Amino acid sequence: MTVDQIIFILCAALILGSALMVVTTGKLIHAALWLVAALFGVAILYAILQAGFLAVVQVVVYIGAIAILFIFAVMLTRREMLDKGAQTRSNWWLPALLGLLILTGLVFLIIGQPAFGRTAAEMPLGVDTLRNLGMALVSQNAFVLPFEVASILLLAALVGAVFVASGNNE
Amino acid sequence: MEKFIIWLLPLPPLLSFFVILLFTNKRKALSHGIAVGAAGLSWLGSMIIFIRALGVEGFGKQVFGSSINWLPTGSTWLKVGVQIDPLSAIVVFFVAWTVLAIFVYSIGYHNFGQPKGDHDVAGLPPQGATVTEHGHKHSVPSIEPMYSRFFAFISLFAFGMYTLVVSDNLLTLFVGWEIMGLCSYLLIGFWFGKPSARNAAVKAFMTTRIGDVFMLLGIAFVYSFTSSLSFSEIFKPDMLQALASTPAFFGLSAAGIIGLLLFIGTVGKSAQWPLHVWLPDAMEGPTPVSAMIHAATMVSAGVYMIIRMFPLISAGWTEGMPLNTTMSIIAFIGAFTALFAATIAVAQNDIKRVLAYSTISQLGFMIAALGIGAYVAAAFHLVTHAFFKALLFLGSGSVIHGMEHGVLHTGDHVDPQDMFNMGGLRKKMPITFWTFLIGGFALSGFPVLTAGFWSKDEIFAETFGNGHLAVFIVLAVAAFLTAFYTMRQITLTFFGEPRTKAAKHASETPWTMTVPLIVLAVFAVGFGWVGIPEHFPGLGGLIPNWFHEFVGGTLTELPKAVEFSWVPLITSLCVALGGLFFGWLVYRKVKSPKQDFLQIPVLKNKWYFDEIYNFVFIKPASWIAEKFTSLYMDQTVIDGLLHSVARFSLFLGDAFRNYFDKPVINEFFGDGTGNVVKASGSGLRKIQAGRIQYYMVASVTVLVIFALLYYFLIGGL
Amino acid sequence: MSIPLSWYLILAAALFSIGLFGVLSRKNAIAILLGVELMLNAVNVNLVAFWRYQDPAKMAGQVFAIIVFAVAAAEVAVGLALIISVYRRRKTVVADEIDLMKW
Repeated sequence: MTVDQIIFILCAALILGSALMVVTTGKLIHAALWLVAALFGVAILYAILQAGFLAVVQVVVYIGAIAILFIFAVMLTRREMLDKGAQTRSNWWLPALLGLLILTGLVFLIIGQPAFGRTAAEMPLGVDTLRNLGMALVSQNAFVLPFEVASILLLAALVGAVFVASGNNE
Repeated sequence: MEKFIIWLLPLPPLLSFFVILLFTNKRKALSHGIAVGAAGLSWLGSMIIFIRALGVEGFGKQVFGSSINWLPTGSTWLKVGVQIDPLSAIVVFFVAWTVLAIFVYSIGYHNFGQPKGDHDVAGLPPQGATVTEHGHKHSVPSIEPMYSRFFAFISLFAFGMYTLVVSDNLLTLFVGWEIMGLCSYLLIGFWFGKPSARNAAVKAFMTTRIGDVFMLLGIAFVYSFTSSLSFSEIFKPDMLQALASTPAFFGLSAAGIIGLLLFIGTVGKSAQWPLHVWLPDAMEGPTPVSAMIHAATMVSAGVYMIIRMFPLISAGWTEGMPLNTTMSIIAFIGAFTALFAATIAVAQNDIKRVLAYSTISQLGFMIAALGIGAYVAAAFHLVTHAFFKALLFLGSGSVIHGMEHGVLHTGDHVDPQDMFNMGGLRKKMPITFWTFLIGGFALSGFPVLTAGFWSKDEIFAETFGNGHLAVFIVLAVAAFLTAFYTMRQITLTFFGEPRTKAAKHASETPWTMTVPLIVLAVFAVGFGWVGIPEHFPGLGGLIPNWFHEFVGGTLTELPKAVEFSWVPLITSLCVALGGLFFGWLVYRKVKSPKQDFLQIPVLKNKWYFDEIYNFVFIKPASWIAEKFTSLYMDQTVIDGLLHSVARFSLFLGDAFRNYFDKPVINEFFGDGTGNVVKASGSGLRKIQAGRIQYYMVASVTVLVIFALLYYFLIGGL
Repeated sequence: MSIPLSWYLILAAALFSIGLFGVLSRKNAIAILLGVELMLNAVNVNLVAFWRYQDPAKMAGQVFAIIVFAVAAAEVAVGLALIISVYRRRKTVVADEIDLMKW
């Protein structure tokens, strides 16, 4: 057990634990907050994986925008539900079973591949991940097109969300 | 040239028929003018032919004839055509004269020129019109409402007769025969408003039809045997030989059977026993019709046909041989009918009925004569009878007319036809009286002066001379009765004093009626003189027996004239004069039927033959038609069968509907399918719950299941 | 670095399963979206892990992860907008009660 591994395990426990709390807690606002914790754990994981930019983006976008959005939505629809009664459906065992099965299958598959047992190679020297990412996003023979399309998608989502949520009452 | 005229002889009456029917029905004078003109044209043609025929030596061998190919039958033709040989020349002679006389007579008979009747209706005899004359009203005879129709019908009748006479083959003869049958129906039932006339017309048609069926069988037999219907073909000697020697049914030869079948046609048409019943009833028609049908033409056609067929009947027979079966039957029926009808005639009170039975009787004479082989005698009597019987009938019509005039004048409604209502008419209707007397004497066979004597005497001579004594005696008795009833008729009608007011006021009829009477009387007197036998005491030999030579020439061998014998002559004189004398003696004192000793019920009722036929034939036939065929067979059986088929079909239909269609097709298949679909639909639609998580759970479940299946079944990653 | 790749992958798989469970079994529509977020994050972890362990010089992995970020954001925005709109209409955010598209 190297130090990395211990840190990894702690991080993993944070993530999974938070995730479990997300899906099982009775109060919705707690679920949103537990989601923040899980996302935070994922950011730490990105940092461990030396994708620093992504870690920051995770925190800023996911936690700073999306999770906040969730909290807003919970607040706006709070009158209903009011956290009374069971929050999971009555046949929750079936999804649980399914989840377990899928997990088991995937673990099986992963362990079955010896290639996945390797450890990471050293980062090559002189690789500036940030700069490379920037270049990849905007250079013609790289990923400029998906980048632009994603932008348009965001635009569409923006307009759509505004329209839908504005609720033009006839 | 002659051939041309012969073809045209039947044509004018036919055209007259159509023209009157189609165009001139409303115009009485024009109608009778056309009819009489047509009869006159045919008369003219007939006279030309006759005179030409007289001029030909050995006419029997060189007849006027012409035929055309008519019906293709395989490789040959059925020929139809015309022929005038001596027999038909004589017949056409008397037919022309009598037809013309009757046509002219009809103008006066139907009261042309008289006013229309008060209550006259088409279909009933005219009832008289009231006119105001010199101060007071009285009824006069009125014109017949269906005047033109009468002339159309008798024109058609004349056409039929001419066709029959001039034809040279059995086919057109039969055509003429049947046309006359139709016309007899139309004319007997002329006054169709009277039920008795309607029934009489049907009776006449039915009875003659029975004869016609057998005649048609005979014609068919002839055709099948000889492949021809022309007389010239049938009467070829070798053909006759073949016919005589081929055995056919009932032990007769082919010739015998054919002769018998054709004779049955004559029995019907010439009203011989047993098919005599229609002729007396046929007196329901107007008197010119009676004269035409029952004297001049129709009944003569029957005798003419059988005389024409004599070679066939006598095939294999020569004079001196005993008669063959067919001839015996013919002779028997002829003789029997002669006596039978004479016995009935003595008991009849209607002036026309006496004449009707007299006709039947005289036809029996002719047929008996032919039956024993006396060809010429039969033909002779045929001709003379036509003249005097037509004369008698027209005379009786004149008497009836005079009586009707008296009835209308006095208002004394008695039957103008009943002889016991008459009397003393000789003073009132002289011309009618003298011509009737001549006719009556001719009928009775008054010696020398009348034609009837010569023809009847010849028949007696033949029967006696050839040894047929039974026939001779029967005919002699019949001749006695003939004279007796004739004198009875004349005495009751003309002699004595008028017995009713109507008779007192009877008057002579117009010239259109009396002139034909006179013309016919001339023939009734004179025609006999052309047939005086050679060996007749005194008169024989003075005038050659032209008739015998001429008509006898029709046969291949001239028949021998019979040897003269006193017996038949004396017999003939006795019966004729005796009958006349006794008739006058008895009846000059008789004033009413009660005093008439001869009103025996059996005789008066015609030996009850009508009743017998009604019982034996008509009632069963009616029963068969009404009860058996109509009710039992048709309604019960056939209709019942149809109804049960229909009911069964309906039952099947209902069964199918209720037991197969509704439960199986509708409910099981139709509704069942629908219900299954509905049920499965309502079951399956619950899948679409609208709830997302439900969908998601389902899809993930299936995904996992497939993945597991893939992993475990197919193996590998 | 001595953490084997398979650890990351197993972590991602577990996170994904937990997210799936949340999606399939939560009543509240917003809670469902929370589960979806967890699943998306699991994918991202997978992507970044593979980027680091295959060829860090090539940026495809990170770019993909960036795109996923964008997509997740868009989806959450629209999704929550819809939920709020539905809430206004039908006064409910229980997923099972939004079943107008049923048979």
